[in-house]
Amino acid sequence: MDVMPKWAEVILVPLISLVLAAILSAVVILGIGEDPIAAVEIMVNGALGSTYGWGYTLYYATNFIFTGLAVAVAFHARMFNIGGEGQGMLGGLGVALVCLYVPWPHWTIALVAACAGAALFGAAWAAIPAYLQAKRGSHIVITTIMFNFIAAAVLNYVLVNLMRPAGSMDPATERFPAAVHLPTLHELLLPLGINFSKSAPANVTLLVAVLACVAVWALIWRTRLGFGLRAYGHSETGALYAGISPVRIIMISMLISGGLAGLMAVNSTMGEAERLVLNATEGAGFIGIAVALMGRSHPFGVFLAAILFGFLYQGGAELALWTKIPRELIVVIQALVILFTGALDNMVRMPLERLFLRMRKG
Amino acid sequence: MDFLTIIQVLDSTIRLSTPLLLACLAGLFSERAGIFDIGLEGKMLAAAFFSAAIAAVTGSVWLGLLAGTVASLVLSGLHGLASITFRGNQLISGVAINFLAAGMTVLVAQDWFQQGGRTPSLIGGGRFSPLTLPFAEALRDVPLLGPIYYELISGHSILVYVAFLCVPATWWVLYRTRFGLRLRAVGENPAAVDTAGVSVVGMRYAAVAICGLLCGIAGAYLATALQAGFVKDMTAGRGYIALAALIFAKWRPWQSMGACLLFGLLQAVALRYQNIQLGDFVIPVQVMDALPYILTVVILAGFVGKAIPPRAGGEPYVKER
Repeated sequence: MDVMPKWAEVILVPLISLVLAAILSAVVILGIGEDPIAAVEIMVNGALGSTYGWGYTLYYATNFIFTGLAVAVAFHARMFNIGGEGQGMLGGLGVALVCLYVPWPHWTIALVAACAGAALFGAAWAAIPAYLQAKRGSHIVITTIMFNFIAAAVLNYVLVNLMRPAGSMDPATERFPAAVHLPTLHELLLPLGINFSKSAPANVTLLVAVLACVAVWALIWRTRLGFGLRAYGHSETGALYAGISPVRIIMISMLISGGLAGLMAVNSTMGEAERLVLNATEGAGFIGIAVALMGRSHPFGVFLAAILFGFLYQGGAELALWTKIPRELIVVIQALVILFTGALDNMVRMPLERLFLRMRKG
Repeated sequence: MDFLTIIQVLDSTIRLSTPLLLACLAGLFSERAGIFDIGLEGKMLAAAFFSAAIAAVTGSVWLGLLAGTVASLVLSGLHGLASITFRGNQLISGVAINFLAAGMTVLVAQDWFQQGGRTPSLIGGGRFSPLTLPFAEALRDVPLLGPIYYELISGHSILVYVAFLCVPATWWVLYRTRFGLRLRAVGENPAAVDTAGVSVVGMRYAAVAICGLLCGIAGAYLATALQAGFVKDMTAGRGYIALAALIFAKWRPWQSMGACLLFGLLQAVALRYQNIQLGDFVIPVQVMDALPYILTVVILAGFVGKAIPPRAGGEPYVKER
């Protein structure tokens, strides 16, 4: 039963949740003795006031688009993939292997290969939890959490014992060769006459992320597989009756999800650090959960939510630089967004539904 | 490896198992009542901070314990509100609580103490001091049994003994009381409990509150007994290891203790030895770090007996559909 019109469902509910999260964040800032309005000003100036700020905002947003899409695709099949963090780490390993051990003639080919490597490794890391869920009924949430920790241990081992250059104390690989350097927005936009900041890390992977949004949209709403995915998400028995194999749907949705989470490493490892470091994901896998919830699992919503979180990330860094507010404020905001758009969704929805019912009647 | 080393490793096993055990029993109460809780980590972290902060300010570890427990209970209440009253997704609520605790503890710590997200080191009455059990000094020189009693069993803080006493208490409450029967029933078939005239919502809130209480003690133990003060992210995944132990134990109290001791032993060994040499073969420390998680996945996969969660776990109860 659709009590609310579509616009209310798609725009009003997330907006109210967001406002509630914002109000509570403001209360938190007040609580630690800072001025919320001044804080917002610093965040807007720092994240959106210059091409440098935009460069960081879009760089973070690129990570979050990938991890947000990863969670969103799984959500459509009613799978909760908390493993984006681990899948992203393994994706980084895939990128590093591709970039370090193959002499690429040009970055375009390297980019395609790195995307393939990242997606492959990310998908492979999601494959075991997916198989266990599909065949043995092990809860996907628990197994993906466990695989995050196992991924951290694997990456730690590989970086410390196998891929660390001789004589280096830092647990990281050597620098990728110059041939695989991805053009930043500065290099991309200069021919068009736009002087984008040189030191900002946003790069060509942003375009890959936008492409991924379009591809996910087409997959979910324009293909037979996407239909099966959504059907399974709505009703397992219904899907079974329609001849859709649950095992196939679980495996495919999780493989796609893991692949998308792995792709974030192309941005962070190949585009920014240009070497694989420990903790290259920096929590982006978890932010994907907030992004997917806020974006209502729709690629366009994920895109907008990712930009918002990119803004929060960069703005939060600026806050930490100029005020006494530590960076952890964004973790709090992230928690509040997950809380209101995810867990307390009914708290916002129930009164609204009652309101619309009353309006319809009288 | 000599006798004394073994005793020392086992001693540290007991210390490291204690927070796992408390959190594991906390999860047991919650999940047996049908409320999945992946927010154990966050509740422990919040309790660790507030217990250390209040203990540092007042100088009384007992006030600290109280404050930590209250903080944990508040987060439990939030989880209950989201997952029982508003029938939200319990997993998402747990994730939110973990992030809320991770962010708020550092934010408040920075605001109160300005020490980079930590509390001042606790001294004197601000910490739980080790208890020396009766006759421990006297029996110290008895061969074999003396050191076992003196080093291993005596000389822990009171919370360690509380944690291990919680195991039989939990068993008794779950299997020998009316409350426990109803609690287990609410996790298996809430409709039946409702028909019997018992409030499903009330039972679930009670379970979530017990969970908060135990997580609070676990967090306070971390910050005021195991270590002397709070540091950022000091739970370091212990909430998830406790969750793993809970599944490993198939949601049963005595087995939970076994699982937590096993995972505690793994932590103690990893802490003492970096890489373990077995002849020509070296087990890297990362394997020890990952072992609890790998074991859990193996158990979950059903290769060593199937772990079946409470049947109504994770599903909000809707009256009269």
